[in-house]
Amino acid sequence: MNFEFNDEQHLIRDQARSFLRDNCPSSTVRGVLEGEELYSDALWKQICELGWTATVIPEEFGGLGLSYLELVVIAEEMGRACAPIPFGPSVYLATEAIMAAGTDAQKKKWLPQLAEGAAIGTLAYAEGPGETFSSALGTSAAKDTITGKKCAVANGNIASVVCVLAASDGAEGASMYLVDISETGVNAKTINTLDPSLSYADVSFNAANCELLGEQGEGWSLLNALLNRAAVLYAWEQLGGAETCLEMAKEYAMQRYAFGRPIGSFQAIKHKLAEMYVKNTLARSNAYFGAWALNSDADELALAAATARVGSCQAYYYASKENIQTHGGMGYTWEFDCQFFYRRSKALAVLIGSERQWQEKLISASDLVAV
Amino acid sequence: MDFEDSKEEAAFRAEARAWLENNIPSENDLAGLDELQRAKRWQAKKAAAGWACIRWPNAFGGRDATAIEHVIWQQEEAKVDVPNTSSFFGIGQGMAGPTLMSWANDHDKARFLPDLASGEKVWCQLFSEPAGGSDLAALRTKAEKEGDDWIVNGQKIWTSGAHYSDWGILVLRTDPSLAKHKGLTYFYVDMKSEGIEIKPIKQISGESNFNEVYFTNVRIPDSQRLGDVGQGWHVALTTLMNERASIGAGNTGANFDSVKALAQQVTINGKPAIEDSAVRAKLANWFVEEAGLKYTAYRTLSALSKGELPGPENSIGKLVGARKAQDMASFAIDLLEQQGVEMDAEKDLAFNSVFQLNYMGIPGLRIAGGTDEIMANIIAERVLELPQEPRMDKGIPFSEVPTGS
Repeated sequence: MNFEFNDEQHLIRDQARSFLRDNCPSSTVRGVLEGEELYSDALWKQICELGWTATVIPEEFGGLGLSYLELVVIAEEMGRACAPIPFGPSVYLATEAIMAAGTDAQKKKWLPQLAEGAAIGTLAYAEGPGETFSSALGTSAAKDTITGKKCAVANGNIASVVCVLAASDGAEGASMYLVDISETGVNAKTINTLDPSLSYADVSFNAANCELLGEQGEGWSLLNALLNRAAVLYAWEQLGGAETCLEMAKEYAMQRYAFGRPIGSFQAIKHKLAEMYVKNTLARSNAYFGAWALNSDADELALAAATARVGSCQAYYYASKENIQTHGGMGYTWEFDCQFFYRRSKALAVLIGSERQWQEKLISASDLVAV
Repeated sequence: MDFEDSKEEAAFRAEARAWLENNIPSENDLAGLDELQRAKRWQAKKAAAGWACIRWPNAFGGRDATAIEHVIWQQEEAKVDVPNTSSFFGIGQGMAGPTLMSWANDHDKARFLPDLASGEKVWCQLFSEPAGGSDLAALRTKAEKEGDDWIVNGQKIWTSGAHYSDWGILVLRTDPSLAKHKGLTYFYVDMKSEGIEIKPIKQISGESNFNEVYFTNVRIPDSQRLGDVGQGWHVALTTLMNERASIGAGNTGANFDSVKALAQQVTINGKPAIEDSAVRAKLANWFVEEAGLKYTAYRTLSALSKGELPGPENSIGKLVGARKAQDMASFAIDLLEQQGVEMDAEKDLAFNSVFQLNYMGIPGLRIAGGTDEIMANIIAERVLELPQEPRMDKGIPFSEVPTGS
């Protein structure tokens, strides 16, 4: 039994943690949250130089050719630091989509740019409030152009390349299309969100040039395969955020005195923090299994991804809200950092399908895999 | 990351499996024996071949095995149909054994440990008292020195297996004028001693797994003391560390598989309950907890496999497992609707009344071996290192501690 990261992977985690501690302090998150900048360009350039965006991209396309076990430890540290950069949508979604379904030409064009961070990518599928249906897509492709509108696209206003789910051009069902955002007919309009430390836009396409990504009519299954992979990677990022919340709550509970004693000595607080620890520990163990399934392309991936995703959504939500609660009134102030994680936990919780959707997927997947 | 045994582990597993397959007792071997006798028969067979208490030193009936080998052995033994030995010997071998190993003299180790390993003698643990449960050190059963003996008076409670045990380990108050933790001393006692009276406790489940044990002028020789006089709490910690390792929540009865199977059989609005999104959401949450515990155990095994000690993450098993099983049993009964109330071992009911049995059994599991609240305190204080609650009983003689009675 070796259900653990190896020494090199631990080393990457330590390096990532110490790098982000030095280069992504809470003032960096606050800078983006409060300022005009859509993301921290300085931090983005640094992490690209470190090769984090290139982690799993094969060497022939300018990547480092490392495994997903290296990527998940970086993802956890991204979450821990609440990093205000376009990492997830670019690395977990767009890069994965092109690696999974791109033609050789598409890979050659985009992967080296994504690897070095010169290009930022994203994936767009939602079109309005509520769940997206493959049969009800308003966006459609015709004659190598795409028309329609996608809503609340993460990185929508900063991406160079967008993978867009749309009704197929002359075929049944949905297909995935690759759109170079510099093409005429693409218009991204920045929107205000719950988490201004990330960047979102509504993106409209008006007969913009597009290329088919993957097989005609296979867009929906490609999307689901991509979401399964992203669910594991986001689960690690969410877990990282949840761990920071526990650490913050713990530190505050030791320092803050009430009734002549540290509030951390009251069982009401202790039990709250113990519950955070329990949820985080279970989420971590499920994230391990997700990482194993992703890295080994196991049959269990759909089940492992859903399990990791639901566990991390719940752990992050609980830890981020109870972190504010532990901080009392100060936790509710703009000045304190508790808000970063409360915002981020919900932003990530709906980014690739809500907890409810993943609970549904989990049960469906459990029918197929011997549990 | 992989789930494979190392070469040495695989060889050990093969050896264990081969021995088990060749030595499974037949129904003939066990005919006419009750559960305890069956357990003793199987345990003796294992001991004779060196497969009892395998982590113990060879000299005391063990095999000098490593922690990971112990886990492998348990996994393999669980795969074959053999008498359940842990319910009878688990406390003695899991708690009394390690305590004797750390604190008894060589003569007593040689005298008691091999018999304990082979199941020849059964040991119980007499710690809790009516006035000392979660606050174990508040125990009051007193021992007064008289010559070379101690005279014991008082009452213990929640003692599993007292009625079939040969020996018991116990902590007694030897000096009430000292502060709470300082006036305790640790002993072992012959359960057949004059003055010991055992009364079974009927639980809300109708079963009787525990006893009250009354001590009236029971004589314990000073030679049966473990550790120094006044060192009892320190010795007891050895036992308790092992208790946490040995009381798990199990995962039988109401679990993901059984409740999902039920949801496939019963209907909601004329359709299988499993198609109802509220049912699916609940099942998914329980699956996440069940899988989380399973993979937490895998992480522990990985640490053991590398020769490391298990981390504190293991302490969450009972806490999460017990409350999950209770909630799942309750929900399964809800799914059965009106008929969920029926519980009859004699009738061929859905799932053999397992959910109802669980519903009545789990409240005890949330209390035994550390209540949910104590487990949460342990996580908060030992893992997260939060400060202890200020206490009213510190630094004063035990006899002056407020008791509310």
